[in-house]
Amino acid sequence: MTTAVVASDVAQQVNTVMPGRVLEATGSTLVVRPVAVFEVARWLKANLGFDFLECLTAVDYLQHFEVVYYLLSLSSNQSLVLKTRLQGREGLQVPSVTPLWQGADFQEREAYDLFGIQFDGHPFMKRLFLWEGFPGYPLRKDFL
Amino acid sequence: MSQQQNELVTEPVILNMGPHHPSTHGVFRMRVALDGETIVDMEPVLGYLHRGIEKLAEAKTYVQVVTLTDRQDYVAAMTNNMAYVMAVEKLSGIKVPERAEYIRVIMAELMRIASHLMAIGFFLNDLGVFQTVIVYCFREREKVLDLFEMASGQRINFSYMRPGGVIQDLPPQFIPQLKQLLAELPGYFDEYEQLINENEIVLARTKELGVLPADKAINASASGPVLRGSGVAFDLRKADPYSAYPRFQFDIPTGTRGDAYDRYLVRVAEMRQSLRILQQAVEQMPTGPHRTRTPWLIRPPAGDAYAHIESPKGVLGVYLVSDTGISPYRYKVRPPSLINLTTLRDLVVGCKLADCIVIFGSIDVNMGEVDR
Repeated sequence: MTTAVVASDVAQQVNTVMPGRVLEATGSTLVVRPVAVFEVARWLKANLGFDFLECLTAVDYLQHFEVVYYLLSLSSNQSLVLKTRLQGREGLQVPSVTPLWQGADFQEREAYDLFGIQFDGHPFMKRLFLWEGFPGYPLRKDFL
Repeated sequence: MSQQQNELVTEPVILNMGPHHPSTHGVFRMRVALDGETIVDMEPVLGYLHRGIEKLAEAKTYVQVVTLTDRQDYVAAMTNNMAYVMAVEKLSGIKVPERAEYIRVIMAELMRIASHLMAIGFFLNDLGVFQTVIVYCFREREKVLDLFEMASGQRINFSYMRPGGVIQDLPPQFIPQLKQLLAELPGYFDEYEQLINENEIVLARTKELGVLPADKAINASASGPVLRGSGVAFDLRKADPYSAYPRFQFDIPTGTRGDAYDRYLVRVAEMRQSLRILQQAVEQMPTGPHRTRTPWLIRPPAGDAYAHIESPKGVLGVYLVSDTGISPYRYKVRPPSLINLTTLRDLVVGCKLADCIVIFGSIDVNMGEVDR
């Protein structure tokens, strides 16, 4: 059985190394600042063994966008949810985790395609499904 | 003259494989840069089958979305149903009766056999064994589809599962016919293995081809037979058991080299394991209701839930967000086919063009699921 790690414990550990990055820790969900996504993810991968990025997605909550990362450790069979919130509706940017997990490649491109979130540091930030020049980002709540 | 020839500079030729190439299993396009016959670069171009299923789901009720899930991976619709209804159950705390769990496992494992049969048949098609193996594979797949038709009335888009169970109980003639199929299947599997395993052309074209090392497979979030072919024994049915799976004995077949041949072997071995699960499920099959009563319009509490299962192609996840309305606020699928494609570029660069088709076939993707 995959055990969900306790996020508040992880938050404590992260805080000692990198203070001020974690905003919230409830259940197995860790909410971090958008700018800190890459360094927290790198720390989680290196120190807690989260070697498998299972799922990456975004949600439009109108006031803010949420980017969700489902992390899995194949060696210790643990899971953790990493989230970040992006305020506003234009010029959304979050650091890319593709350098850490190649599996993020298409998922970040999909989030960019359908939500208009730019992933800084992605080697090939191009729309995945729709063609370049498609007007708008279809999965946003104000699209239709 | 010879000096001049040495300085001859060639430019790569850009070639579009697909979207209507017969080997692309749907509408997949590979933009390959070729130096002679050798691939120097490849860019997958997706989206030809993008129907906006995730957006459509936001305008349907929770039960109606089940019909959309059929159309993701249309050769394995039962497992899509299952992942979705499990996410709804997790989000709204619906309990599932024991009999329904067993029916679901039976359907999921039959679906795995049917999907792997398609995968093997088309893989051999890509190798040039045109239509021979696929006809054998379709013979057995037909029998599985007959069973599905008996239970759900449909052969492809089943929409059989509902939050809280399955739409209707198995008809009385289902179990006897399933038992008969279970008795016949090992013979069929032996037949493929005799036909394919030691076939010289298959060995020459698939061994040591498209080698995916284990660490690379994990880093690229590959799952299913692609990951297990690389020797990583990761299967959600064991790692994070769901439904009735904890009650069954089965093994996780893995490969050793991580090449196209290993991925094929893993699929055949997995079908035999599915058979074991099915036999146990039929023996232990409990009686009781097939579905909990749920409201027609489900209104889960606000929040999010993520459910994942081991679909024939890998880890199939469903992420649902509810705002207490009657339809999902956000419906996201983690498609194994799309994410398994992440590694494709690394696998094909440096190969010959004809091998590229074999490698793509060995990954076994379904474009309905890739594009959604």
